[in-house]
Amino acid sequence: MSTAAAVVLFIGILAYAVFGGADFGAGFWDLIAGGAEGGARPRGVIEHAIGPVWEANHVWLIFVWVVLWTCFPVAYASITLTVFVPLTIAAFGIVLRGSGFAFRKTVTRTSSKRNFGAAFAASSVLVPYCLGAVVGAIASGRIPAGGVAGDPWGSWINPTSILGGVMAVVMVAYLASVYLVWDARRVADDEMVDYFRRRAVVAAIVAGVVAFAGIFVLHHDAPFLYGGLTSRGLPAVIVSALCGVGSLVLLMRHAAHGARLLAAGAVGTIVLGWGMAQWDYALPQTLTVAQAAAPSGTIVGVLVATGLAAALLGPSFVLLYTMDQRSLLPGEGVHDQVSGSEAS
Amino acid sequence: MLHAAHALVAVNPVPWARAQMAFTLAAHIILVPLGVSWAFMALIANYRGLKKNEPESIVLAQRWSKYMAVTFAVGAVSGTVLTFEFGLLWPRFMGQWGEAFGIPFAFEGIFFFLEAIFIAIYIYGWQRLKPWAHFWTGVPVVLSGILGAASVVAANAWMNEPSGFTMDAAGQITSVDPWGVIFNKAMPLQALHMIVAAYVVGGFLIASVYAMGMLRGRRDRYHRIGFLIPFTVAIVFSPIQMLVGDALARWVYSNQPEKFAAIELVPHTASDVPETLLGHLNADGTVTGGIPIPGLASWLSNPGTGKATVVQGLNTEPVENQPTIDEVNIVHLSWDVMVGLGTFLALLSVWYALSWLIKRDMPKSRWFLRIAASTGVLAVITMEAGWVVTEVGRQPWIVYNLMRVENAATGNTGVWVTFLGVLALYVGVAVTLILVLRLMSRRYRGEEDGGDDDVPYGPRSTPDLDESVVP
Repeated sequence: MSTAAAVVLFIGILAYAVFGGADFGAGFWDLIAGGAEGGARPRGVIEHAIGPVWEANHVWLIFVWVVLWTCFPVAYASITLTVFVPLTIAAFGIVLRGSGFAFRKTVTRTSSKRNFGAAFAASSVLVPYCLGAVVGAIASGRIPAGGVAGDPWGSWINPTSILGGVMAVVMVAYLASVYLVWDARRVADDEMVDYFRRRAVVAAIVAGVVAFAGIFVLHHDAPFLYGGLTSRGLPAVIVSALCGVGSLVLLMRHAAHGARLLAAGAVGTIVLGWGMAQWDYALPQTLTVAQAAAPSGTIVGVLVATGLAAALLGPSFVLLYTMDQRSLLPGEGVHDQVSGSEAS
Repeated sequence: MLHAAHALVAVNPVPWARAQMAFTLAAHIILVPLGVSWAFMALIANYRGLKKNEPESIVLAQRWSKYMAVTFAVGAVSGTVLTFEFGLLWPRFMGQWGEAFGIPFAFEGIFFFLEAIFIAIYIYGWQRLKPWAHFWTGVPVVLSGILGAASVVAANAWMNEPSGFTMDAAGQITSVDPWGVIFNKAMPLQALHMIVAAYVVGGFLIASVYAMGMLRGRRDRYHRIGFLIPFTVAIVFSPIQMLVGDALARWVYSNQPEKFAAIELVPHTASDVPETLLGHLNADGTVTGGIPIPGLASWLSNPGTGKATVVQGLNTEPVENQPTIDEVNIVHLSWDVMVGLGTFLALLSVWYALSWLIKRDMPKSRWFLRIAASTGVLAVITMEAGWVVTEVGRQPWIVYNLMRVENAATGNTGVWVTFLGVLALYVGVAVTLILVLRLMSRRYRGEEDGGDDDVPYGPRSTPDLDESVVP
């Protein structure tokens, strides 16, 4: 029973990484797109790509929290007590990112656009870093069980957490760049296709290098996780590496659609690898999933909610993504003369 | 030196955690009515526009959806902050009760997902979807808004009426009945009270903006419809809210007597209890000031037994289980504010209804418009006051009779820092939000003078995307 809840939780984490992650990554590319003039076109593609979908994608984070605190309340309490600081920063970053993005779309003056854009883009890097650092803290066994606070600083400022944070930023940037190649193609902007393709290649290589360097970090700093990744989690790690290389080849060959799927696969399987590596611990080496689990009645309730969610949300998400991919959701309201003329 | 710095940082987190939670909830709850009811009003305008072929209504619906995009985004992220705060501020509460308290949120998650998906389709779908198909994509937004609000309030109601679980001798939950958690006995009336509040507050808030515009001389058809739709919605729901609120108060009388004693300012158990308007409780247990209406509190508690109805006093509970004197006074004052303003808003609906009956039109006087323009702020104050009654009235408990607030809070001593940070961040976002919404409105007015592009469902030859991406 607790296993089923853990699987549901992990599906949420995977979905957030692959969908929500790409929206954060888009913010990374927005951040380094350059000045107002030169960066206007890539920012246009980014805004168009994540505008209609980011809020729905963001809900995965709430889903993950809810499943965690309902099905594994003790683990949730331990995590929030220990890594209080990075979670607080992440919460602040989420507010800045969402409101910054929403405000930037609506204002027209270049200086306002720049300020809101900076809030959106900088926090898009900060939030995945913090969440990655939290994952590092959990995976390296730095969260003590039993609802007591661990080290408030060392728990998230340590080699594995830094690796987790950097990996998260690099992965979402890689994911987003590959998606944006596809989005640029969708709006028939060949120059932007090339722009993001070059960046995607670089990001893919950087992600590979960081992941490779990570092996040594984990070997040294988190032996339990390292052991898990090289045994139980090894298949996922191998698939991730193959997907990564595959997406790089497809990017070089201008096959944006396939590259997109393989990039999602590469990120998804590495996240899955983390889950497999620490199985069957909720908090490695101190609290197992079974020990952390809520009574079966609770888990049944959550599974019913999940089933209902699958039935209702599956078709709804398909509808949203299909409409979005077919460019049926081109902009808010109708053509807005003033903002349209200043944006170009 | 290091010691001094440590002492400065190490502050008792409990009052700060309460302050931060109260502040972030108070901010989020203002956006809730807009998230729950605005889509409904936009759909009314949309429907009118399509049925009567009325361009002003369509333009209105379309602009409202753009405003909604902004308020929904800010509401979504301020709601996310709350999901972090449950753990960051109340980890011991979540650790012990998460398996029960969390369940309603699993369902709320579904509705929030649906709302986010369909609001995106509705907002972004104006240009290229067929008009009626587009209209229908807005309906799930309305339904999921209502059901989502009901789910969240179910969790809050559970804190007032914890049920649906069994505990062992050590106070640990051993089994959970999800149905019993969600449909706890406080849930139906509390959820209904909040959902109706969302329609009242959302209606008055939006209508007050157009009332302001009419006062400034913009008495065109567009402003008239922009006022009539939300104001009518609010006016229909405010008398209903009086009935729901009355039923809920009587429920509190029967099930949370300490809260009711604070509401009615009743220090000692008695019959023939007066309804004291304003006034306050002193440390020695006496009540001073205020205008007592003899017997009314007893009579309202149970009209069947009238003045003879016995109301339990605050002193029935041991002192440590009572709200403090200050808390009692806050609850009582908030109650007076909520009921007073709520009654005023309901009376306004009588004026409005009479005007329609007699003149077949809304009241046109400047006085009516001035009052209407103030209803937005008044309705928000009413709602905030009601929420203070619920939350402060439950003190000292976070889970009624089972867990005290101080035992629920985090031990992290830096909460005062995060509170100040949240305060600064939210004030900044709130001010910006208002400025951005005003900017949008001013831009639309500018367009009306010369622009002709604002035609929904119009020709599709030049979608703005191509212009903004391709130079």
